[in-house]
Amino acid sequence: MTKLSDLTVGDAARVIEITGQDQVATRLLEMGLTAGADVTLLGVAPLGDPIELELRGYRLSVRRAEAQRVRIERV
Amino acid sequence: MATSVDRTTICVALVGNPNVGKSTLFNALCGLRQRVGNYPGVTVEKKLGTAELGDCPCTVIDLPGTYSLAPHSPDEMVAVNVLLGRQDSQDSPNAIVAVVDASNLQRNLYLVSQLLELERPVVLALNMTDLAENRGITIDVERLESQLKIPVVPLQANRKQGVDRLRSHLAEAIQAQYAEQLPQHECFPAALVAEVDALQEQLASQHLPRYLIERLLLDTSGYLQNELLLAGDSAIGDQLAAARARLAEQGHPVPAVEAVARYDWVSQMLDGVVTAPSQRVVTLSDRVDRVLTHRVWGTLVFMLLMLLVFRSVFSWAEPGMMLIETGTDYVSSLVDARLADGAFKSLLLDGVIAGVGGVLVFLPQIFILFLLIGVLEDCGYMARAAYLMDKLMVRVGLSGKSFIPLLSSFACAIPGIMAARVIEKRRDRLTTILVAPLMSCSARLPVYTLLIAAFIPDHMLVGGLLSLQGAVMFSMYLLGILVAVVVALVLKKTLLRGETPPFVMELPSYKIPSLRNVAWRMCERGWAFVRRAGTIIFAVSVVVWAAAYYPHDPAQVDAGIWQRLDEIDATLKDSPSDLAQVAALNEERAALANRVDGIYLRTSYLGRAGRAIEPVVEPLGWDWRIGCAAIASFPAREVVVGTLGVLYNLGDQDEESTALREKLTAATHDATGQKVFNIPVALSLMVFFALCAQCAATLAIMKRETGAWRWPLFTFTYMTTLAYVAAWATYQIGMRLLG
Repeated sequence: MTKLSDLTVGDAARVIEITGQDQVATRLLEMGLTAGADVTLLGVAPLGDPIELELRGYRLSVRRAEAQRVRIERV
Repeated sequence: MATSVDRTTICVALVGNPNVGKSTLFNALCGLRQRVGNYPGVTVEKKLGTAELGDCPCTVIDLPGTYSLAPHSPDEMVAVNVLLGRQDSQDSPNAIVAVVDASNLQRNLYLVSQLLELERPVVLALNMTDLAENRGITIDVERLESQLKIPVVPLQANRKQGVDRLRSHLAEAIQAQYAEQLPQHECFPAALVAEVDALQEQLASQHLPRYLIERLLLDTSGYLQNELLLAGDSAIGDQLAAARARLAEQGHPVPAVEAVARYDWVSQMLDGVVTAPSQRVVTLSDRVDRVLTHRVWGTLVFMLLMLLVFRSVFSWAEPGMMLIETGTDYVSSLVDARLADGAFKSLLLDGVIAGVGGVLVFLPQIFILFLLIGVLEDCGYMARAAYLMDKLMVRVGLSGKSFIPLLSSFACAIPGIMAARVIEKRRDRLTTILVAPLMSCSARLPVYTLLIAAFIPDHMLVGGLLSLQGAVMFSMYLLGILVAVVVALVLKKTLLRGETPPFVMELPSYKIPSLRNVAWRMCERGWAFVRRAGTIIFAVSVVVWAAAYYPHDPAQVDAGIWQRLDEIDATLKDSPSDLAQVAALNEERAALANRVDGIYLRTSYLGRAGRAIEPVVEPLGWDWRIGCAAIASFPAREVVVGTLGVLYNLGDQDEESTALREKLTAATHDATGQKVFNIPVALSLMVFFALCAQCAATLAIMKRETGAWRWPLFTFTYMTTLAYVAAWATYQIGMRLLG
């Protein structure tokens, strides 16, 4: 099962779902990581974490720990 | 026109995502007529202003930027309560201005879909239309208006374009509320609507707005259930769980159902409205970002930038600080010349002027720091700084957002503590605030400078690359950082226990900072410092002055001294022609006056307190005079230098004074005649001041930012304890090694 944290820089993917129901999940959903949303991994911070994404026309950064919660399919 | 609406009770609220230019719009609407406070019991800033709508004055509430109206904490609840008219002492807003970023409508309209459920008229302020244009995005405003069924006003708040049109649309919207029903808004699947209907019927006695009932169902954290006093009602908890289970069965799992439904609604609304180039235009912002978040260049630029900020705070502030010092000295000399000696003059000179001057002297640094932080915030770099530093801060249990507040604290803990507002989670904000005063601020510099120059030999280390004095100075900074790391780790494991906060942060587009915005914020924060810290420092300075002045008993001074002083005065009165003699007499007179001051201070309440605590400070290698100076420097730690000067009979001294340096090296214990100061004592004193919380202004700001006295009290206690233990260890170890 592919997760958002598995992508390498430049990869594009589509969100399938967020695992869990806690506040982190809610937060990711609110920021637009809903099923069907397109995301691209734009970069990784110099220290290896967090990562920079593009989705819904804006840029979002999340930690790898949060990115692991996002199930995706590559496009 | 506005006859049906009471003139004084009109009120509108500004709501929007962070970084959409909401504050700029607020300033454009209200100008100077605004005031800032705090909502009671929470750390949310309350910003109110007055604007003219047509011919009516109107209160404008600027709510903190948010991505969603889904409260999980008291801080987040404030915005919801204000909008629903449930916040005490607050009128419910007659209309809501939803401020959105035109270049990023998809995510911005998520919040709008929530606002439309609050049963208030909403006007959409389509801000930053220029940014959208740059990206090749065109928006069909008329179509958007007819889809959303609310007025849409394109704006460039930074150029004040469209603000007048917004005013007139708002005035109309407020009228419309009375004239006709609001457009019905529903974006949820029928199954969810039915569950909310059922709950609403059941909770009819609670008179809750429908929006809160819906949130109750969607909030899985349990916060809202507690907040709305339904926690004791286990039946409700079971019903909510059952309703969520039914929804999940029908393919609408909570909490995903809300985001899915709202983003679907947003797509419908934007259908045919937004035309964006199929290939994303690579903007200047993108190119800049590629460099600034680059593994090598990004790190390099970041370090250079932080160094620049740090240096500027010290070097740019220099002339301002000198000016203020000169000004304070001038006022002192005026008072000194005009008033007769006595308690009142001493109160003015040593209490009021010294106290207020002590606050004012840090103003240039604080303003420059606020200015630079403002520029970094406004241009969008602050988010990148957090992005770059996050991994490092995670090791301490914090997030990247704590980095700037802690860095600022090296200049002064006050702007640092105020900068911690950007940290959303209360626990992490508190941890940051509580360790911020451990960073060696500029007020510690005079203490370090004096003691290092006096006691640390001027050796060169590593073949002349590093001086021993420089190394000692550096280790004081390092000590603060290391202790802060340990304290943060301990706090996150004990008092403020919690998981490492999630890091889900927007990286906004870069833009040229608006000078007006930055200047405005600088003045606002700077003024808050003067008002809150100034009053406390002033009060504490007066108290410390009184302790150091009274009982002021001339009988305590040796009669011989008084006699000699009288003799000198008599001789000088005759204006002798021998200039060398006059000079010698004046010098002797000054020395005697210093001795008298020294005796007064020694016999004052402060002096007695110093003697009383001597057994306590003895293990640190201190004599009673150092103990005194430590007590007297409670309002502001840099006072310790001046107090040491008075205590060692030198009159007021600054850290550059060679006389003080020599006097300190020569000082002996009253009883034994042994030297007071040696390297271990000097180090122990420095370590104490590196770790203690001797700054009333910091404690006052801490109270304001945390909303309770218990946090500054806690900080004072833990820092003083740490400072004492560390100073003790330094002295004891130092004596073993060097003594």
